[in-house]
Amino acid sequence: MTTGGFSLGQPTPSVKATTIIAIAFEGGVVIGSDSRVSAGASVVNRVMNKLSPLHDKIYCALSGSAADAQTMAEIVNYQLDVHSIEVGEDPLVRSAATLVKNISYKYKEELSAHLIVAGWDRRAGGQVYVTLDGLLARQPFAIGGSGSSYIYGFVDAEYRQGMTKKDCQEFVVNALALAMNRDGSSGGVAYFVTIDKDGTDEKCILGNKLPTFFDE
Amino acid sequence: EIPQHSLPVIPDSTTSLALSGSYVSNKMINKLIQVHDKIFCCIAGSLADAQAVTKMAKFQLSFHSIQMEAPPLVKAAASVLKELCYNNREELQAGFITAGWDRKRGPQVYTVSMGGMLISQPFTIGGSGSTFIYGYADAKFKPDMSREECLQFTTNALTLAIGRDNVSGGVVHMVVITEDGVEHVVVPGDKLPKFHDE
Repeated sequence: MTTGGFSLGQPTPSVKATTIIAIAFEGGVVIGSDSRVSAGASVVNRVMNKLSPLHDKIYCALSGSAADAQTMAEIVNYQLDVHSIEVGEDPLVRSAATLVKNISYKYKEELSAHLIVAGWDRRAGGQVYVTLDGLLARQPFAIGGSGSSYIYGFVDAEYRQGMTKKDCQEFVVNALALAMNRDGSSGGVAYFVTIDKDGTDEKCILGNKLPTFFDE
Repeated sequence: EIPQHSLPVIPDSTTSLALSGSYVSNKMINKLIQVHDKIFCCIAGSLADAQAVTKMAKFQLSFHSIQMEAPPLVKAAASVLKELCYNNREELQAGFITAGWDRKRGPQVYTVSMGGMLISQPFTIGGSGSTFIYGYADAKFKPDMSREECLQFTTNALTLAIGRDNVSGGVVHMVVITEDGVEHVVVPGDKLPKFHDE
């Protein structure tokens, strides 16, 4: 019996080449991502939506290994469904983030994925949590993925407290456009989801409709 | 971390941390080297290599300007650096931003990268901290800014980069080069603008 050729050198699809961002405002959150999935030098999917629902009003943004991130999101989706039935009401965003963190931390040697969890619940309004490497921290906004390096300066400069929903949407789209412009590994279209007490609103902005900035 | 802008005025700027491995050996170093009266170079990479190259370039340029009986063009200065970087690319580990003013073309900015590429740009950023401010620089740069706007843009960009890059810091040096002369502006760390900090 011959074993199949298992080549360790095969590039696996990853969304590490990514830009993800989430920001909280009074009454909700806006979470956004680019749409490129690359395997080595190839783009294997140019329109992937990296914003995955964990529950009605809780989303997560995927980055890192595509398989790991998707699987984590599915598992947490299931766990949250069970949890919300047990408590009889919608789960807290913090609960969702804790479930993600538990998987991230327990399997930190095997997994290579970073999920940003964002959503709205009745108790604490809009919240954004980061779960990188198995930590759990709440932040006013968060960025992740390879493209995020290029926009640290921009988000530090532009973020102010007390931004409105519209300000936040512009912030997310501008940040994504800048990162997609500079990061060879981010691109495609920009997806963003606005979550508040009235529901979730998913939007997609095509590449040619993204804001443009000074280009040398 | 070195942003630069070219317009009627050219603020030239850098932070001042120097490292040996992960040890900070100097917090006050000036990474802006004057290679001629109105031409400055920002250095990045190995400080030793950068100093050696700029010293050589300074000599060649002063000789060149005597022969031509006129101050050298900014492009000439950048070209001299590029020749040195390209011909010794295997051994050297230094990159430069050359900026200055000359009579023929006014204010100009050139990037000489580590391998020896030379390109002219309206503005440019470089160094380890520059990755964090590409987005900010793209969003905020506008052509034809005034001197004050340029200085503000540069100071803001550097402050943001220092805030995120663990090997940038210390003092911000800026040089404004115009037809009328050269002016040094130094901003110590505690006088830098404050942004939102999570």
